[in-house]
Amino acid sequence: MAKIPQDLRYTKDHEWIRMEGATGVMGITDYAQHAMGDIVYVELPDEGREVRAGEDFIVVESVKGANDVFSPVSGTVAGVNGDLDGAPELLNEDPYTNWLVRLEVADPGELDSLLDAGAYAKLVEELEAESE
Amino acid sequence: MKRTPMYERHIAAGGRMVDFGGWELPVQYDATGIKTEHLAVRSKAGLFDVSHMGEITVKGPGAEKWLSRLVTNDIFVMKDFQVQYNIMCTEAGGVVDDLLVYRYGPEKFLLVVNAANVDKDWDWLRKHLPGDGVILENISMKTAETALQGPAAEAILARAADFDPSALRFFTFTDGVSVGGIPAIVSRTGYTGEDGFEIYVPWERGAELWDLILEAGKDAGLIPIGLGARDSLRFEAGLPLCGHEYTDILGPLEAGFGFFVKVDKPGGFIGQPVLKRQKEEGLRRKIVGLRLEDKGVPRAGMDVADPSGKMVGTVTSGGYCPSLDANMALCCVETPAPAEGESLSVVIRDRPKQGVVVKRPFYDRKYKK
Repeated sequence: MAKIPQDLRYTKDHEWIRMEGATGVMGITDYAQHAMGDIVYVELPDEGREVRAGEDFIVVESVKGANDVFSPVSGTVAGVNGDLDGAPELLNEDPYTNWLVRLEVADPGELDSLLDAGAYAKLVEELEAESE
Repeated sequence: MKRTPMYERHIAAGGRMVDFGGWELPVQYDATGIKTEHLAVRSKAGLFDVSHMGEITVKGPGAEKWLSRLVTNDIFVMKDFQVQYNIMCTEAGGVVDDLLVYRYGPEKFLLVVNAANVDKDWDWLRKHLPGDGVILENISMKTAETALQGPAAEAILARAADFDPSALRFFTFTDGVSVGGIPAIVSRTGYTGEDGFEIYVPWERGAELWDLILEAGKDAGLIPIGLGARDSLRFEAGLPLCGHEYTDILGPLEAGFGFFVKVDKPGGFIGQPVLKRQKEEGLRRKIVGLRLEDKGVPRAGMDVADPSGKMVGTVTSGGYCPSLDANMALCCVETPAPAEGESLSVVIRDRPKQGVVVKRPFYDRKYKK
């Protein structure tokens, strides 16, 4: 059963985001890291890059293939998690502590349109039932 | 979708099932994953369900001479109960499939072909069948197959089999033996770069074989292995995959497997004139190994550029190699190809990532000869 922390917002594409002041911290969910398998490389965006909600801007490479990661909201890349450089397996170990990108969020109101933990848990439950 | 006799076992073991050429097979198992499975085969042992592979028998007084015309290697020089790697080529020198040829004698052979190509191979063989003297039978759906691979494979098989597997030499086989009471054909072959065996039994006894080998190997660290590690193991060990290193247009010499192409063998073979000319005139392209120095993971189909930025080829297979902890690629490039130590880059999402040409195979194979 995939871990789904209560205090985060989620996308249907299995990203999470949390606001810290005006900055959003985002990553991939436990369900996503499990589905991808052993992660071997993370291609992070340049700082200062502007992204729209739903735009692919990160690539997580696993032993199975390349996986696009989409921005949960619109904004500007304010920082990337350098710890993943050389230790991409951290994402398999704990995808919530090991965030991917910090975003200067253009409109924090956009988070309201994302799934809360309950709605995301329901989505994951459906997906897990399908794959059985 | 087709299922092998071990299907229920894969589900019970947490296999993540995928469609592989129309077969429902595990890409990995939940408790382990590709990397762990890969390393288990290198250090201990792994068991693969390869029942999807195709098996075709060739019998009759004309078998040897006819089969020789269809494959690149010299089957006349084989000893009985030897196994030989072969490539089946088109007239244009491209590849229909690569296969193992098991020789019982001049009038009986067993061919083991790729699952995704069974129908294509069967049609190809039938199309070239003479009026009489050769009888073909497709026994793919009657034959379950497992591969037991890794340094502990011999000791594990010795526990389950009624014969001494240490007496079986590399690339030979035995028939009429039994493994755990199940009648079997066993060869010392594999697709991982490790020592190991491939075991063929009647379809309906596949699951029984699976259980008893896992049981025999449980103290030796034997675990089931999915298709993901099957691919990473073969890639690292420099073994070609049809559809990647071989295609309709990319032939065995360009892929670097000229050792298995006997252009001057008696009677010739389909594709021989083209391959012989390639050999005499030199290749226009060839496959080289590359270790990526920049960060990124090369994948099949990506463009390859030389240091000046000129496009010189494409990646045929690429990915992360767990035993080397490096991202590697096989690149089909124009000749003259760069030598070992020279640079090439792989264009990953519009950005050239620099790599260095290295020798193939990437991993030193550990066969017991």
